Parts: sequence; C-alpha cells; structure tokens
Amino acid sequence: MSPDRRQFLGWGAAVAAGAALAPAFRLIELAQARSPEEAASALQRWGLLIDITKCADCDACVTACHEENGVTGHGRPRTDAQWIRKVSLRDKRTGYAQTLPLMCQHCEHPPCVDVCPTGASFRRDDGIVLVDKHTCIGCRYCVMACPSGARSFVHEAVSGQKPDVPRGQGTVEACTLCVHRVDRGETPACVEACNRDGGKAMVFGDLSDPSAEIYRRLRAEPSTQVRADLALNTGVRYQGL
Amino acid sequence: MRFVLALLAVVLTLVGYADAEEVRAGRVAVPVVKIEKGEACVAPTAEMRRDHMKMLLHQRDRTLRQGIRESRFSLKNCVDCHASRETGSVLGKDGFCSSCHAYASVSIDCFECHTPVRQDRVARAPR
Repeated sequence: MSPDRRQFLGWGAAVAAGAALAPAFRLIELAQARSPEEAASALQRWGLLIDITKCADCDACVTACHEENGVTGHGRPRTDAQWIRKVSLRDKRTGYAQTLPLMCQHCEHPPCVDVCPTGASFRRDDGIVLVDKHTCIGCRYCVMACPSGARSFVHEAVSGQKPDVPRGQGTVEACTLCVHRVDRGETPACVEACNRDGGKAMVFGDLSDPSAEIYRRLRAEPSTQVRADLALNTGVRYQGL
Repeated sequence: MRFVLALLAVVLTLVGYADAEEVRAGRVAVPVVKIEKGEACVAPTAEMRRDHMKMLLHQRDRTLRQGIRESRFSLKNCVDCHASRETGSVLGKDGFCSSCHAYASVSIDCFECHTPVRQDRVARAPR
C-alpha cells in the first residue's frame, strides 16, 4: 500500500466518523434547555399532540391551566375569560360522543396576527402565538378571526395576577402554551395535569426535533388539525378526531 | 408698650413659621423611599431615578417578543426588592412606586396588568 493511498483512506475514515457523529452533536445541542439570556429561536417549533381516544371525561387540563395562569372568573360564563375549554362532539346518527380540550392552536399562519391593527398579536420565533398587551387596544378583531374561538377579552378589572402571567382589563388573551414554563424548560400546566390526573392524552414537544416523542409520533401515526382546510399549519394536533 | 409689641411680633413670627411648616408638610406628601432588601440596585441611584422607565420598556419588549428573560431589569426583580415588608406590595400609601409617582404626578400603568405583590407573598397567599 503506497503512503498516498494510506493517507487517502485515513481522510476517508475521518470524514465517515465526522458524518456519523455530527447528528449526535446536533441532538445534544437541541436537547439543551435555552438559557434565560438566549432568544427563542426558529430552530424550534413548540406543539402539542392530543390523543382524544385517551381524553378522559375530566377537566384536569382546564383547572390546571386556569390555576397556573391565574385566570379567574366572575361567575359569568358568557364573558369570563377562557384559555382552554372542553368541547363535546356527538355523532348525530350513531350517538358516538367524544370530548376534547380546545385552546389556541398556535398556527404557523395565524389569522389573529394578520388582522391585528397594532401588531400586538404576534408569533414568537419558536411558534408560540402571543398577545403583547402593552400594545393591544382591545379591538377584538383577533377574537373574531380565530377559527377555534380561542381568544377571550378581559371585560373587568383584574387583581391577584400571577407574577409570570400579567392580565388586565381591556386586553385580549389566550393560551400562551405556558410560555413562562416553556422558557424554564418545563411543559405546559395542562400537559402536566393530564399526565398526572387525567388520561395521559397530551404530549408536548418540539415539532422540528427528530428525537422528540411528538415528532416521532406525528411521523408514524395519523393525526388531524382543527380546520385543516384553512391551511394554517397548527402547532396543536389531534388524534382520533 | 414697646416691649409688648416686640413680644407680639416674635410670637406671631414663630406661629407663622409653624404654620408654613405644617402647610408644606400637609399639602404635598413627600415620597417615601424605603429600600426593603439588598445593598444596591441594578444601577446607580441617579441613573435609576432618571432611566428606570427606559430600562423596563426595553426589557419588556425583549422578554415578550424574543423570550429573553434576564432578571436584572425585569419588573419582577424590581418588585421583589422594593415591595413593602408590611403589605408585600409596591403600591399603596407608602408604596415604593406609588408614593413617588403620586408626588411627581405621573400615572403608572404597569400594575393594571402586572402584580404589584412580591413573589413569595403571591405563593403564600391563600387561594
């Protein structure tokens, strides 16, 4: 074997080893939680997968969400804020009944952002759709534009807010995917509650991370989007709908 | 007679001073700046007095829009140090924020949405 040939084989081996290890390094980088100084990045897209066949007849997710975010009502269901709600479906012909949690679907192309006249409704780089209440004027265009009816208007003065979740009269609000928890590397309160007290129907994760459970399940199993006809590419997906 | 007049003048002057003091103290409440916790703020006092609103404005956009949650200039960090030990709040009569803002007659909108209560108080508050 000539030295040239040996050298060439050495380079080949180095390149092969590099190619084999590179994805592993990439996975480590993705798995690490973001530090507080780091901005949310478009490398991630946070999402939820909800298996309705496992969704029990409970409201653990709703209770946990409203507890976590300090969403309190005044006993007026028509106007009280609602960040997540249980929707019941029944097939009229067969009588088959289903129940599912419905909240902001964190669309890639959110209609609420399109209609907002002040830019208060926005989509963060990692796919979470939020309301900037500093610039929200309470016009409620987004409430009308949202196909899943996920947004609420705060009609009455609020007190006793949670430090991480500011809420105030005259602004619109909705599910934030528990952005304050996600930024700390935790899962949303609804997912935690469902896995603890409910039917273990909800999975939270990064839709663009090949090592995430949600990525693998969405790739391998059938799933649906609410109002898929609108082509909004929702971040919340359902199974068994 | 002259002596009596002089005495009267002195008494009246003293009463006048006392009145002026009282009026000055009563008409405008002087702000109560009571620092509850920590040795030093996140920036020198002069800078904080002049620019605290700019720091908060800058930080709020970075936090909300980009998800950068540095605690240094965050409103939560302000409240955690400056909330009163008795009420746990930065608002109220002698509240750190409200007393100064009332003195300067500048409305403060932060606490329409944000909680004015220190975090440990919120956690301990009965539900």
